[in-house]
Amino acid sequence: MTDSHGSEGHPAHLQHHFDNSRQQFSASKLGMWLFLATEILLFAGLFVAYAVYRSNHPEIFIYAHYFLDTKLGGINTMVLLLSSFTMAWGVRAAQLGQRKLLVALLSLTLLGGFGFLGIKYVEYEAKWKHGLLWGTNYNPESHDDHTGADEHAEEVEEAPTAPETGAPDRLNLEPTVVPPSATGPAGTVPPGEGLPHGQGAEPDNVHIFFGIYFLMTGLHGIHVLVGMSLIFWILLKSIGGAYGPKYFTPVDLVGLYWHLVDLIWIFLFPLLYLIH
Amino acid sequence: MIGFLSTTGAGEPSFWLPSQSSTIAQRVDSIWEFIFWLSVFFFALVVVLGARFALKYRAARGQGTVATTDHNTVLEVVWTVIPTLLVVVLFWIGFRTYIDMSTPPENAYEIQVTGQKWQWLFTYPNGYVDENLHAPVNTDVVLVMTSEDVIHSMFIPAFRTKQDVVPGRYSKLWFNATETGEFDIYCAEYCGTSHSDMGAKAIIHPEGEYEPWLKDASNLHGRFPPVEIGEKYYKRFGCKQCHSLDGGAGIGPTFKGLYGTMERLSGGGSVLVDENYIRESILNPQAKVTEGYSPVMPTYQGRFNDQDITAIIEFIKSVE
Amino acid sequence: MSTAATTPDSNYLNVTKGALSWLLTLDHKRIGILYLVSILSSFFLGGMMAMLIRTELLTPGDTIMTADQYNQVFTLHGAIMIFLFIIPGIPAALGNFVLPLMLGAKDVAFPRLNLMSWWLWITGAFIAVASILINAVDTGWTFYTPYSTTTGTSVTLIVTGVFILGFSSILTGLNFIVTIHKLRPKGMTWFKMPLLLWGLYSTAIIQVLATPVLGITLLLLAMERVMGIGIFDAALGGDPVLFQHFFWFYSHPAVYIMILPAMGVISELISVFSRKHIFGYKFIAFSSIAIAVFSFLVWGHHMFTSGQSELVNMIFSALTFSVSIPSAIKVFNWLATMYKGRIQLDTPMLYALSFLFLFTIGGLTGLFLATLATDIHLHDTYFIVAHFHYVMFGGTVIAFLGGLHYWWPKMTGKMYNEKLGRIASVILFVGFNVTFFTQFVMGSRGMPRRYFHYQEQFTSLNQLSSVGSYIMAVAFFMIAGYLLHSLAKGRKAPANPWGANSLEWHTPSPPPFDNFDREMRGVDPYDYTGWKYDESIEGYVPVGGGDGTRDSRAV
Repeated sequence: MTDSHGSEGHPAHLQHHFDNSRQQFSASKLGMWLFLATEILLFAGLFVAYAVYRSNHPEIFIYAHYFLDTKLGGINTMVLLLSSFTMAWGVRAAQLGQRKLLVALLSLTLLGGFGFLGIKYVEYEAKWKHGLLWGTNYNPESHDDHTGADEHAEEVEEAPTAPETGAPDRLNLEPTVVPPSATGPAGTVPPGEGLPHGQGAEPDNVHIFFGIYFLMTGLHGIHVLVGMSLIFWILLKSIGGAYGPKYFTPVDLVGLYWHLVDLIWIFLFPLLYLIH
Repeated sequence: MIGFLSTTGAGEPSFWLPSQSSTIAQRVDSIWEFIFWLSVFFFALVVVLGARFALKYRAARGQGTVATTDHNTVLEVVWTVIPTLLVVVLFWIGFRTYIDMSTPPENAYEIQVTGQKWQWLFTYPNGYVDENLHAPVNTDVVLVMTSEDVIHSMFIPAFRTKQDVVPGRYSKLWFNATETGEFDIYCAEYCGTSHSDMGAKAIIHPEGEYEPWLKDASNLHGRFPPVEIGEKYYKRFGCKQCHSLDGGAGIGPTFKGLYGTMERLSGGGSVLVDENYIRESILNPQAKVTEGYSPVMPTYQGRFNDQDITAIIEFIKSVE
Repeated sequence: MSTAATTPDSNYLNVTKGALSWLLTLDHKRIGILYLVSILSSFFLGGMMAMLIRTELLTPGDTIMTADQYNQVFTLHGAIMIFLFIIPGIPAALGNFVLPLMLGAKDVAFPRLNLMSWWLWITGAFIAVASILINAVDTGWTFYTPYSTTTGTSVTLIVTGVFILGFSSILTGLNFIVTIHKLRPKGMTWFKMPLLLWGLYSTAIIQVLATPVLGITLLLLAMERVMGIGIFDAALGGDPVLFQHFFWFYSHPAVYIMILPAMGVISELISVFSRKHIFGYKFIAFSSIAIAVFSFLVWGHHMFTSGQSELVNMIFSALTFSVSIPSAIKVFNWLATMYKGRIQLDTPMLYALSFLFLFTIGGLTGLFLATLATDIHLHDTYFIVAHFHYVMFGGTVIAFLGGLHYWWPKMTGKMYNEKLGRIASVILFVGFNVTFFTQFVMGSRGMPRRYFHYQEQFTSLNQLSSVGSYIMAVAFFMIAGYLLHSLAKGRKAPANPWGANSLEWHTPSPPPFDNFDREMRGVDPYDYTGWKYDESIEGYVPVGGGDGTRDSRAV
């Protein structure tokens, strides 16, 4: 969608069906705001999923968020905020026709994007190594060497410990072939009398948290990538001097998009990393 | 045309609705009837006016325009307010009855229901399992339902009641049948290949005949040879989901030709599959697990008595 | 943009030639035509599926296919009709053609986006149809979990297709909102817009605000299948009913994406063919917005039997009733418009009258479903099937056909055979009622939907319904026949065959590339006093002389 706004970058930027530049600019801007609304609604679905599961299973979220690295998350927040600042300044530079400044600021913004993704990669890799993944892939072998979780483990309500023989590792199975014990064969097992599951202080279904974590941060990461491509593209254009006081629509719109990406992270960070 | 406009009659099916065979059905039908006549009235109003205008004011091709008033606020407010008041009434009566439909009475007779592709199973308080719903007449009955696979929906048209059956949770549906006889049960939520064959009957017994029926029906061992009982259990209690009869691979070993063979155990050693091993595997499945299989079978301790287990052993013997 | 000379005979159809000049066109009129051809092809495919369904249901047992094939066929019928035909139907096909013309504008705000929207549609449609050929989908168009996450068919692929179609729909909606906000001509205030534009505007709001939620829902479903993320899987601690909430949060408003533009079309038709100003303009306009707003608040009524709490059911029941009020207002206003008019029963008007009849039934039967006590019995039965066909087919498709006949002369520059048009509309009306009214009876007697086998007691009703569908098929082949014939042999259409006054009739049929040869100003679209009938061209010309396409008729 941004393609259409942006490719008006040639000097004769006014399209034939608009009366004047101002009409074209305000139309583009309205279009961008509407597009941002759709983006927010796209994420809203995930936020709702988050809210539903957090209110139904707060213990999962409390337990699992200790596996996230608040320090790296915090640094990433700062990186994105700074890049948002350089982006906003860049829009100003474009409006004032300061070409060199614009190029510098866009480059800085792009650098911020790379920084964010780099740190994100470090975080993902750690999760991957420890098996802190979604659904049936959740297989945390190395819980114990994570001190954060251990400190906290004491506060979590004790779950019944499993007897030696009766605790099959359900998570390694095809989820649908074997009926869960609570709804066991012919419905004859009343709720609560199923096989005991869960080990030690870990609540059931911790993988739900990581599923949501990877969905939210993954989708956000894709948006960061898209935003970086757009910045790269207007960076190239601005080196050629395409933008000035008379025409800076693409810079303005990409800036809006970048702020949205930033804004979504501002919500993701506390919701995922800073739970109490 | 007369049939088309006739709505409900007591007991017998009407043009529109199936027989009225539960306490709630009578209340639902009176609401149905109210909405029906309300709709007939408004439909007639719109159609009569529309047809009358279309005929009366019909004009030849090529007309100019007519200048008349293009709005009348009072009139428009009136035809906004009247429907609003009517739907408030509809909402209220529908909600009142719904609350009674959705709240099972205390001390209702409880029957456990399991939906699975593509069968209903009804487990009675004494543990007996049947493919059909049996219940006494004029008694509050509550079904406590869950699903083993996908979402199903328990639908008994003659009782005007319906409730989705969702895996991983329990839902309830209650009724108080006012008539004896057989009534259709359908699955109303699409569940795959044989969705439309996932039917059952609600069999309502006359006063005093239900308990004797249940006693008699539960006495499987007096009525069927052990092999047949074993087969019924095989189908009803989830054995077939893991153990095939044709040698096919499954979660657990196939029953085909199983009896009398030597099985290697995970963790070393081997065991002869005889009566004692089968019995042990049913009551304490994790004790000796066949090599190559996961220890996932739930225990059936407390759900099968010795007679039941004998029947299952006989059935396994018969699968060759 | 184009330097093509605007000679008197030059119009948007012949201004440039070659396949690429169509496939890469930025002209909203050509994109409208591209959409029209695309969605009509989908309609044909979906219609064939419907014929297969009705033929299978001629007998209670197996008739012409297996249960699995039947499940695939009804899934495809639903998915094709909803996602490929009816959602883009009026907005993207008729709307694209008409909206800028009605605004007196040269194009929509973002022509490139418009073209991209069509290409996304083609991509999405191709993927969706490919999933049929690869490993047909059997989930129903609603993709309910956990069935959809466990079935072995190519759900992921069709979901990808629908995801892309969603983007196409968002782009169209976004484009329309901006166009209506920014490209209205001088003198066209919000309350001087033709009511179709209010319909398209409220539709576009829903498209923009609801479709992203469908996107994320389908994404979650795909993640569930591909990565086993477990959000909707009870065995992994997920909630299968949550999917239904997500799904209907989009798909209920989507129903209004279908019906709102249809109502807009009907407002145009009834006023023009009654030769009378629309009655209660503001009530109709605001009721469109009201429906759009309410549409977001009623999704829970699809889940009255799902086990959600009584309180939730109560709230959704009450909110659902609130949608009926603006719909009733519109019906009464249309009737009042006809009162004391000079009614001309041309083909588009016959469709408008059909709409009035069928939509009233569709709306009133909605009362049975909004009422909690009766919905419990009727939910997931053929009563529902009949209800939504009365609204979507009896409402939207009939209005679409009315609009197609109404703007056909403007789009193609040709008149179709009026007599055949009227006959076909009557046959369609009869066939429709035979097909679907019987389904109300089946449903209230307890026949569940999506049933391959049914009980003997429903046989005669099912057979009657199937016969009705064959009658409808006849009507559709007639319509296709005379419309195609008109392209080759039709009489040349006058600029204003119906005597309407919205701006698209102030330019020749078909319009030139740039739509108008002058700057347009807003007029009262329902004031027909400026036009008189001219026998020689069988169309209307301005009272003041000329043919209405050159002089400025601005007021």
